[in-house]
Amino acid sequence: MRHRKTPFIFGFLVVPVVLYIALVIWPYLQTFGYSLTDWSGASPDMNFIGLDNYTKLFQDSAFLDALQHNLLLLIVLPLATILLALFFAFMLNVGGKSGTGGVQGVRGSAFYKVVFFFPQVLSVAILSVLFQGVYRTDKGGLLNGVLIGLGIVDENHPWDFASNPTFGLWCVMGVIIWSGVGFYLVLFSAAMQSIPKDIYEAALLDGAKRGTTFFKITLPLLWESIQTAWVYLAIAAMDAFALVSTMTPGAYYGGGPDHHSEIMATLLMRNFITYGKAGYACAMGVVIFFITLVLSVVSLRVTRREKIEF
Amino acid sequence: MSTNTDATTGIPAQRSGGNDKPRTSGKAQRFADGGGVLNVFSHGFLALWAVLIIVPLIWIVLGSFKNNTEIGDSAWSWPSHWGFDAFTRAWDKGIGDFFISTVIVLAGSLTLTMLLGSMAAYVLARYEFRGNRVIYYFFVAGAMFPVYLALVPLFFMMKNLGTVIPWLGLNQYAGLILVYTAYSLPFTVFFLHSFFRSLPSAVHEAAMIDGCSHSRAFFQVMVPMAKSGLISVFIFNVLGQWNQYLLPLTLMQQQSSGDPDRSMLAQGLMNLAQQSGYASDFPGLFAGMTIAMLPVLVVYLSFQRQVQAGLTSATLK
Repeated sequence: MRHRKTPFIFGFLVVPVVLYIALVIWPYLQTFGYSLTDWSGASPDMNFIGLDNYTKLFQDSAFLDALQHNLLLLIVLPLATILLALFFAFMLNVGGKSGTGGVQGVRGSAFYKVVFFFPQVLSVAILSVLFQGVYRTDKGGLLNGVLIGLGIVDENHPWDFASNPTFGLWCVMGVIIWSGVGFYLVLFSAAMQSIPKDIYEAALLDGAKRGTTFFKITLPLLWESIQTAWVYLAIAAMDAFALVSTMTPGAYYGGGPDHHSEIMATLLMRNFITYGKAGYACAMGVVIFFITLVLSVVSLRVTRREKIEF
Repeated sequence: MSTNTDATTGIPAQRSGGNDKPRTSGKAQRFADGGGVLNVFSHGFLALWAVLIIVPLIWIVLGSFKNNTEIGDSAWSWPSHWGFDAFTRAWDKGIGDFFISTVIVLAGSLTLTMLLGSMAAYVLARYEFRGNRVIYYFFVAGAMFPVYLALVPLFFMMKNLGTVIPWLGLNQYAGLILVYTAYSLPFTVFFLHSFFRSLPSAVHEAAMIDGCSHSRAFFQVMVPMAKSGLISVFIFNVLGQWNQYLLPLTLMQQQSSGDPDRSMLAQGLMNLAQQSGYASDFPGLFAGMTIAMLPVLVVYLSFQRQVQAGLTSATLK
């Protein structure tokens, strides 16, 4: 039985490991090297310039704007998505009338779950084109259409949304939250359903209000799922590239007007593809990497609690 | 099949709406203590969010039947005549080709991802050998890194590869298939590793005693046993690769004007959206979106329970 074990192990591992090292690990490592050079990408010329790219990066006002916007995304996106998803998940699972059947969800919770989750399976390109239509700056846009219908907006002076310097980034955030809530709702729902119903029933018998049961029972028992969600959303917040680059104005990869909705990823792509500053773009990649790394570690540490078993 | 998935991955089965209905009626009414107000309140918010999701989607589908003036004139106009010419235009403009490109690449990359991922995960999970942990952590680490870290070198690597092996370079299906596979491996290995660990070893041992080879034991014993885990991670990969935008945007650009346009659906649709800003064929654009949305919608509605269970369990691992 033990014969031919080593060739088998080798045979099964060699292709995946080689492919993975060649196309994932090696480029990751190369980026660190390139970030220390003035490489343009177009020519083989490459000079070692030490940390110059990084010093330049933190004097580049466009990059500092982008960094700020990324941090804003990092705070708003997880907070809004998790709060909405928790709220809806609680409604769907224990928000219903309390009857002899005990604690239960509202009517039609299965329907809501199917509908809310749907944006999650739409590709980001569809989201982008869809919301370009919703945010259209003439009266043909869905949002302007609604606002005109409600009499909030003057028909002859419709609002600009994604192209507005103040609101552009918020409009993109709206899309990300719109599409993400359903997924986290289902995630939290699964966790809530694994909480034994008798815990709620005992609490309700003791005279606890629904709000109390949420804060004293549901929230602590869901903590691990929330932590997972937080890490995933933080990673998503660092990667809003597709939406920002297509929904906000700007000649190459969006970010406009005048860097008002710039994020690090759009700046990276513009420097790399359009300006041919491969080394500089690599330095941005390294910064994105470190922020993501620090975030995952911090959120895993901060949100760590005693695991409750039931 | 779904209950099977749920039981083995340890995720409790989703409660179906069928369970809820009988309970809310009848006797329960008497106990509507305070829950009644809350019920109206919660239904209000739930319904509002459902409307926020459904209305834009219906609006797009309606838009593909309107004409340009109707779209620009008012958001609420109703299509004046129902015809499918916008769909034909969208298909001719490239949606059809992008669709086929995407299917070709996904067929290749999903097959490779599942095959290579399950092979690596299986060996790492069930065989003791030197370097096992190192390779495993190597894979796991890759799942944490943002793809931006690799983007620039990856582009030049594929470009150089193309000068050596033409069918592997930029704007080539095979190249993108390999890249998709490589970037899907960390998560696939990570997820399936814990899954293969949880399977009982008795069946496997019995097969080995009967003289089964290691690879045959894998394909004929372990893979069927791991079916539910494989389905979860498959769904995760389908959605992940279908929604990929950054990698094809970087790697599938036409290298010269004579090159075939091998854009993926997501990227092609985006290009179409940008072009229509000039040509302003909005019905055609909306029709293209409808075409792109429809298969996902159909697949999702038919398998929604598996999709939800698969995605959540894949994330929770």
